[in-house]
Amino acid sequence: MEVYLDNNATTMVDPEVFKEMEPFFCHIYGNPNSLHKFGAGTHPKMVEALNYLYDGINAADEDDIIVTANATESNNTVLKGIWIDKILNGNKNHIITSEVEHPAITATCKFLESQGVSVTYLPVNEEGVLDAAQVKDYIREDTALVSIMWANNETGKIFPIKEIGQICKEAGIPFHTDATQAIGKVPVDVQECNVNYLSLSAHKFHGPKGVGALYVQKGYTLTPLLHGGEQMGGHRAGTVDVASMIGMGFAMKLATSKIALAYENNHVRKLRDKLENAILEIPETLVIGGKENRTPNTTLISIRGVEGESMLWDLNQKTIGASTGSACASEDLEANPVMNAFGSDSELAHTGVRFSLSRFNTEEEIDYAIEAIKNAIHRLRAISSSYAYTPKDHVSEL
Amino acid sequence: MAKNDLITGSIWDEYSNQVIRRMDNPTYQGEITEEKAKELGGKLIVADFGAESCGDAVRLYWCVDENTDKILDSRFKSFGCGTAIASSDAMAELCIGKTVDEAVRITNIDVEKALRDTPDVPAVPPQKMHCSVMAYDVIKKAASTYKGVDMESFEEEFIVCECARVSLATLQEVIKINDLKTVEEVTDYTKAGAFCKSCIKPGGHEEKEMYLVDILENTRKEMDHDKMKVAADASAAGESSFDKMTIVQRIKLIDEILDTDIRPMLMMDGGNMEIIDIKENMPHYDIYIRYLGACSGCASGDTGTLYAIESVLKQKLDENIRVLPI
Repeated sequence: MEVYLDNNATTMVDPEVFKEMEPFFCHIYGNPNSLHKFGAGTHPKMVEALNYLYDGINAADEDDIIVTANATESNNTVLKGIWIDKILNGNKNHIITSEVEHPAITATCKFLESQGVSVTYLPVNEEGVLDAAQVKDYIREDTALVSIMWANNETGKIFPIKEIGQICKEAGIPFHTDATQAIGKVPVDVQECNVNYLSLSAHKFHGPKGVGALYVQKGYTLTPLLHGGEQMGGHRAGTVDVASMIGMGFAMKLATSKIALAYENNHVRKLRDKLENAILEIPETLVIGGKENRTPNTTLISIRGVEGESMLWDLNQKTIGASTGSACASEDLEANPVMNAFGSDSELAHTGVRFSLSRFNTEEEIDYAIEAIKNAIHRLRAISSSYAYTPKDHVSEL
Repeated sequence: MAKNDLITGSIWDEYSNQVIRRMDNPTYQGEITEEKAKELGGKLIVADFGAESCGDAVRLYWCVDENTDKILDSRFKSFGCGTAIASSDAMAELCIGKTVDEAVRITNIDVEKALRDTPDVPAVPPQKMHCSVMAYDVIKKAASTYKGVDMESFEEEFIVCECARVSLATLQEVIKINDLKTVEEVTDYTKAGAFCKSCIKPGGHEEKEMYLVDILENTRKEMDHDKMKVAADASAAGESSFDKMTIVQRIKLIDEILDTDIRPMLMMDGGNMEIIDIKENMPHYDIYIRYLGACSGCASGDTGTLYAIESVLKQKLDENIRVLPI
């Protein structure tokens, strides 16, 4: 049996989404910017897909949703756009973000710092979230943007977006959120939450890879990252990947309907909890960031005495795909900053394994995974020098 | 960056079959108890190295025959990634049958080579080399426990890059001999910093006592100091040659020659000249000058006068001198 539990990395394309995309590769292939009927033939479905994007996040018709290549591009467009518009051309020079953002935000902020921009990285608490009041405390007269993620990719912890949006609105500061891990898992409403910019990526909610979107509220400026043609209203040049855009729209429709969100919160959450609870029955395991206020599909678990990559190796032998922020599994050998940001226990940084489910996982798969995980923990703890210090009756309980 | 680096594969693809086999079924995983050691007729030694918070920790058990110092059995326990487990397994195996003194000479390179499937293909990707380093360190720890000495006493040289076993002395020597100017050049010449990269600069996987950036800077400073001292000593002894001189010495000497042999003639015609810069454009020394007074704008400034100045300097200082008016 193959079990894919790494859906925060990417998801499979929903077969229904693929069906909508398919005609646009070989049959309806015209350039949407062409005047002739081949190009114009793409328009109705593109409009339909765009409407689903607007509906999915409750954007107003006057707002812009720009189709990009991914959330990384969307994030870069906002941050660098603000830099050009408000920092280079204005007198503001400060951005607020958090320590646990995706590298698409933190690496861009580091680049902006190298260009003289001042960036405040707000720390998270023991549960891996930040207090909205912190944002208020750090707002300065020269703050040009607040950028805080909607949900964390490692822990699934949901941030107080509504409160932060309100604070930014009162302070008159643009608020951007990277909602990549929130779409299709929790309700995302840009109007209710006073969001001015929002990034998303289709492949995180069963759409295709290589396509994302950037929401820009009416009245908020955006300097394009890509200059060229007049596509996307001049906000993003380049011929639109029609099939992918349509795939994203339909994936959004499927993922954000009330039924889909209810399914995510019932069926997926139930499977996640079953998996999580079974692992937590094993001594010296814990959910990093705690169990409350998370996306329903994600659990990041620390297994004392078991290094993350070695756990992934054992699971891979059983064709189970999961993820770790462990340093040893990465190219640069630096532990995942999200794991480090908790700060409560440095040993956790190397023992975390992330399981992220989707609506395509079955109970049978979870039962299979639980068995494999228990066996892997048993084997690796028997080898583990650090676990050798703990009483052996713990191991025998497995 | 090149074609092969644009789409990288999984680091697991670079593990040798030996690594995979030992990750899945480490042969020497386990512990040696006091009873077991007694049964074997040896002394039990237990050594720990690393820490869970650092991502790697290993415990090594030895049963050592106190009459011969021979390691009768060796086992390990390891917290770490798969390559740390495999390295520890190979390390434990390499220890068996050796004396403690022989075991201390096992390096991380030996451990990594023992994990290779074929002699020329590394067993692990570069960033995983540090896992075998830990195996090397725990041997020293066990030997120091057995002998009752300090762990550092086994290290004859100060090792800067543990992955590639490059010492401080080697680095300093290679930088000096090859006149290396960048860390990339140091890595190319020595392999130091090519693997886990922790020794290049602060902020890597492990905190180091010394980093390549500092060693390069300090060695370059030493080289400059040595060069100046040689130049000063040679000058004092009247043995200085133009190519060994410092820039200041060169300017002073050129000015002296100009004052003696050139300027009086120029001044007779109401002119003069000054040195603007000297650039090494090997094999040439390009001396940039500017004419002053009546000499500026004089037609022979680019012909006869220039030839005369250059000839004098060539004759008295170095054949490779070129004089360039600006």
